[in-house]
Amino acid sequence: MYIYDKNDQHIVEERAAQFRGQVERRLKGELKEEEFRPLRLQNGLYLQLQAYMLRVAVPYGLLSSRQFRMLAHIANKYDRSYGHMTTRQNIQFNWPKLEDVPNILDDLASVQMHAIQTSGNCIRNISADQYAGVAKDEIVDPRPYAEIMRQWSTFHPEFAYLPRKFKFAFTGAVQDRAAIKFHDIGYRAVKNEAGEIGFQIYVGGGMGRTPMIGKLVNDFVPEKDLLIYTEAIMRVYNQFGRRDNKYKARIKILVHELKLEEFTRRVEDEFTAICEEGAVPLDQAEIERVSAHFVDPNYENLSGESENLDHNLRDNKDFSLWYKYNVESHKKSGYAIVNLSLKKKGVPPGDITDVQMLLVADLADHYSFGEVRATHEQNLVLADVKKDDLFALWKAVRDLGFGEPNIGTLQDIICCPGLDFCTLANARSLPIADKIIRRFDDFDYLYDLGILKLKMSGCINACGHHHVGHIGILGVNKKDVEYYQITLGGSADDNASIGKIIGPGFDQDEIVPALEKILATYISLRLEGEEFLSTYNRVGMEPFKEQLYANH
Amino acid sequence: MQIIKDKAIVEDHWIHYSGEGDLPKGDVIVSFDYWAENKDKLSGRRLGLRLEPDSLVKNIQSDLDDFALIAINFPSFNDGRGYSIAKILRDRYGYAGEIRAVGDVMRDQLFYMQRCGFNAYEIKAGRDIQDALKAFDDFSVKYQTSSDEPLPLYRRR
Repeated sequence: MYIYDKNDQHIVEERAAQFRGQVERRLKGELKEEEFRPLRLQNGLYLQLQAYMLRVAVPYGLLSSRQFRMLAHIANKYDRSYGHMTTRQNIQFNWPKLEDVPNILDDLASVQMHAIQTSGNCIRNISADQYAGVAKDEIVDPRPYAEIMRQWSTFHPEFAYLPRKFKFAFTGAVQDRAAIKFHDIGYRAVKNEAGEIGFQIYVGGGMGRTPMIGKLVNDFVPEKDLLIYTEAIMRVYNQFGRRDNKYKARIKILVHELKLEEFTRRVEDEFTAICEEGAVPLDQAEIERVSAHFVDPNYENLSGESENLDHNLRDNKDFSLWYKYNVESHKKSGYAIVNLSLKKKGVPPGDITDVQMLLVADLADHYSFGEVRATHEQNLVLADVKKDDLFALWKAVRDLGFGEPNIGTLQDIICCPGLDFCTLANARSLPIADKIIRRFDDFDYLYDLGILKLKMSGCINACGHHHVGHIGILGVNKKDVEYYQITLGGSADDNASIGKIIGPGFDQDEIVPALEKILATYISLRLEGEEFLSTYNRVGMEPFKEQLYANH
Repeated sequence: MQIIKDKAIVEDHWIHYSGEGDLPKGDVIVSFDYWAENKDKLSGRRLGLRLEPDSLVKNIQSDLDDFALIAINFPSFNDGRGYSIAKILRDRYGYAGEIRAVGDVMRDQLFYMQRCGFNAYEIKAGRDIQDALKAFDDFSVKYQTSSDEPLPLYRRR
């Protein structure tokens, strides 16, 4: 992974020092809350219902075991001994005290981490394919470009006060695991016929109250122009994005209102103008310098077969189910990608204790070259595990509580913190997720349902990505009662689609029975081997609606 | 009134003219609309122009020589359009006069503002101007090119 040099290190240390000064001015009353607000927000510090919440950046989801141990230390020393993995591959601490935050930033800086631009109307932490560098279907490793972009966007002087927050995502694979069409800018690294690297650039995707699928603005921006082209997009947005209404301020609305053709024309004109000013292209030497941090680890040359794995798969049903659902194939023969499931009954999706963090760090050191990855589906990944080690790792992961064999199943819910924590929420989401996980805990039934992405948000801001759930649940508030609306047919992958609302919502007691009916309808209608989304796309909303509201 | 100019605190004599009442003597800063309607009356004077966040800077591209100073208003801290205006004036149109930030301006914006081409700042009332001066030293490393730095960090590492 990328290792800071003295320049990168200076930046995070100076930021910690700057924020210490701002906190001091706030505590002395020299800064009013409304003035402190935009400053703390550029440091990932929110004021939630009961306490401050600090969001720490995990660039493109990559963590070293040393960094994970520091997160455990922070959880233990400054918080209530846990953290929460977010849908942007970040980690949040829910209970820090304001006066402790400068010390936390110092601790983070000591392991090359920070909370820079994890909130506020600026370019946020950059997310990427969690299998980058190890996926079989990868054409270009996006991590060096994501890191170059992290550096370029860090304290970009012109784009710190945008109309609204701004999110980038990168992939370099055939299958989009980073939801690039649901980001303000989505980048797909590709190669042209000459073998040169460039980017397909999608702009104006997003969720929130006006979900939109990103539009292809340019299908091949050469890598040397990556930063200049991005600057052009950002400048058009900074000048022309709406600032009169926070709900119309995202770039998706600008693209929508200008229409793709006019938006693209403005970006291309701006790009030309920047080039004429003598813009510096992204140097090949810099791409190589950063890429050198993302070379393959010291893999052994192994055969694809593992005696140890094969006989344990034969002998142990629990292990074989875990292998089937939580382990993915790796580009390197003899290795596998392992998902640790942070979805388990009784625990909010994505939560992890300090003790678990330490143990995961140990497992990473022992089995996966000392690296851990966070996924936007709120799980963790050990990306480079020898097949020979899988059985031993499985036992350790199971003891840790992260061995539920439920990746990709209905239990693998993406869920926002909801009204239990968040000032924006209209309804609780965590207790509903728990009810669902408890109700649907028969694994034979779960496996029979197949791939089924359930995503839930406690309000229209859609932090739980409900718009792109095959089944989405949205919490709303009607006359002080929490209701839950169901959407069907969303998808964040290449065939991106936005779920449609099926009908009137359900209260907290009705929502699980409603889900039961939807699932039963699917089972009765599906063709042999047909997954939920395909059945829905084939039969449409009507049969689900009829069953769901039959007795109403 | 004291302002920060070229990273020092200086006494400033420019007068902001709202367009109401008689045009004051001395160096005045006028709005874009006032200037557009009163070009004849203003010719020959040392003149400052005040732009708002939604001003289209390309409209004044050919008249830049008329202004000794361009003030860019920040009605609110959160409105970042002025940064792009300054950047375009300096780097695209080569404007060499003073670019001054006015309005909701305080210490915490100055580092970014100077990077975008501002060189003067009217710190809003009630703020310690001495304290604001320290902002220029907040960061010693800059990743990106901007008006103050022609080379990205990767050419300076």
